[in-house]
Amino acid sequence: MTAQTVQTAVIDPKAESAIQLIDVHKWYGEFHVLRDINLNVRRSERIVICGPSGSGKSTMIRCINRLEEHQKGRIIVDGTELTNDLKRIDEVRKDVGMVFQHFNLFPHLTILENCTLAPIWVKKMPKKEAEEVAMHYLTRVKIPEQANKYPGQLSGGQQQRVAIARSLCMSPKIMLFDEPTSALDPEMVKEVLDTMVGLAEEGMTMLCVTHEMGFARQVADRVIFMDYGQIVEMNTPDEFFKNPQHERTKLFLSQILH
Amino acid sequence: MSTAVDMPRFVRAQQVEALPPPSLTRGPIAWVRENLFSGPFNTVLTLVVFYLLYVSVPPLVKFLFIDAVWSGTDRAVCRADMGGSESGACWAFIRDKINYFTYGSYTVSERWRVNIFFALLAIGVVWLLWLKAPRRDLGAVYFFWLFPIASYILLTGGNATFSGRFWLGFLIFGALVIAFFAFVAAILKVSLRPALIIGGGIVGVVGVTLALVDMDFGLAHVPTSLWGGILVTLLVATVGIVFSLPFGIVLALGRRSKLPIVRMASVIFIEFVRGVPLITVLIMANTMLPLFLPGDITVDRLLRPLIGTALFASAYMAEVVRGGLQAMPKGQYEGAMSLGLNYPQMMILIILPQALRIVIPGIVNTFIGLFKDTSLVAIVGIFDLVKTIEASRIDPNWAAPSIGLTGYAFAALFYFIFCFGMSRYSLGVERRLASGQKR
Repeated sequence: MTAQTVQTAVIDPKAESAIQLIDVHKWYGEFHVLRDINLNVRRSERIVICGPSGSGKSTMIRCINRLEEHQKGRIIVDGTELTNDLKRIDEVRKDVGMVFQHFNLFPHLTILENCTLAPIWVKKMPKKEAEEVAMHYLTRVKIPEQANKYPGQLSGGQQQRVAIARSLCMSPKIMLFDEPTSALDPEMVKEVLDTMVGLAEEGMTMLCVTHEMGFARQVADRVIFMDYGQIVEMNTPDEFFKNPQHERTKLFLSQILH
Repeated sequence: MSTAVDMPRFVRAQQVEALPPPSLTRGPIAWVRENLFSGPFNTVLTLVVFYLLYVSVPPLVKFLFIDAVWSGTDRAVCRADMGGSESGACWAFIRDKINYFTYGSYTVSERWRVNIFFALLAIGVVWLLWLKAPRRDLGAVYFFWLFPIASYILLTGGNATFSGRFWLGFLIFGALVIAFFAFVAAILKVSLRPALIIGGGIVGVVGVTLALVDMDFGLAHVPTSLWGGILVTLLVATVGIVFSLPFGIVLALGRRSKLPIVRMASVIFIEFVRGVPLITVLIMANTMLPLFLPGDITVDRLLRPLIGTALFASAYMAEVVRGGLQAMPKGQYEGAMSLGLNYPQMMILIILPQALRIVIPGIVNTFIGLFKDTSLVAIVGIFDLVKTIEASRIDPNWAAPSIGLTGYAFAALFYFIFCFGMSRYSLGVERRLASGQKR
């Protein structure tokens, strides 16, 4: 069902952009990691980014919540342009959730505390309300019974679902996923992907760096292929997989879709 | 040729029950064999150790307990030529001098105040360190604010009699502090209200503190030059421990700061203090600090080494804490930042609790080192426990061959009890923290 809505999604010029990257460049010292990135993400759009390692895909989405700084160009997230202004960065981070490859849960806090920390301290939500919100999202990712355990006591898949719930507790407008399933055992990939699919179906704006091509086919509105710090190809998933245009894309797809 | 056809098929129908381990691996005999006599080399080692214990422990027990003299009023009981016994420790000496060892020359009629101070200190320490104690937040307020004020008033007599000029100066200073906070808030573009509350709070707390210190409670003044013994040792150690940790954390954060001036200042302080011996710091604090200050301000002669040891310990603490910060994975910072936590929140809620937990052994190590280093304040004429023993040792009334040994045995026992206590406590904390979040 989603797959069809995905295909019929056409560019609506009136829709306000969730994220705009305009001529973005980034260097690590002398190394040019991001080269002339232009990307316009509409609200509720699901974008999957793939590409070989070192192609700059993680760096790109980490620029969106300023975990990395860009040196040239403009990044506008939800109408706020990212500059050196710390207050603006915090504003953007409030609205942008991020899920990492290695979960990055806080091991000294329980699952519930992990989830309530940011709402309490950043959104100044009363503790009781924050706990209700947290339990709501933990139920959604199907692990409410683990609320009082510590992250170290959970499996990788469970930890990643907690990480997703933790981000959702801030009710973000945009979710960034940085290879969320790459550090998981094969058995646990599905439970995390199912959670993400559920999120996508609810209309969350998502940018997802992943090599789960099944997921890309199922939920993505657009698939982006990056190499050498550039966006090489961008297309709907159907076209992208059936009819890749660029040589580099063909080679990449032939290697990952055995 | 298909091998699959020849392969015997096997499907386990039931789970194998867990069996108890063989009996040879349990019980005292198995333990002795495994741990003491597991091979020829270990057998030899065990025998050598047993021999060394045989050589050293019985004479020690004999000296400290069996042959010891427990009571008496002067040197006669501990001298063979005066009819006493001198082959054992002369505990009678310690018993006779215990008040001097505890209070130094503190005015005799006022010593009850020191006892109250010890009691308050014990309450504060237990309240803070006993992890299940009720309202530990109040405990912190007590230990870090009320207790120091009470101690100051009790020990010195309070009644600082500040002049009107002083209070005027304080008012100006307070206004400046509040203005500073407002200024910082304006620079960082955060709202003014919390900044004013923080600034006003600091000024208020300092003001109340000064007012209490200024108040006359009718206690006789006891100059610090009379303080001594365990009182001074515990005082210097407590102040050093309490100040070195927060100051060390600030220095460690400063050393990792992105701002070059902050980083340089921290590095210079840490490297300079670590690069000189404590004795140098103490002598400098004692003789040079007054030179830097304007003529009419005199720093109390006990306060000088107090500041010296606290600064010295904090430089070491900074490096210990930095070790913990270094060990934190980058992902923890990113996880915190991605949730929108600002720098202080990230540090206080996420990074420091974990980093400090990693370095508990190092922190306690520094505390223990500091506790024993307090004996060096004797070099600038402060009568700490070791110095009082040193002074009593040459008391002609107690001139006996075993006095020196006994005195130092007493000091060793005192230091050991406290240091071992700290060590065990930290082990307990580590274990408790580890059990919650095993990876």
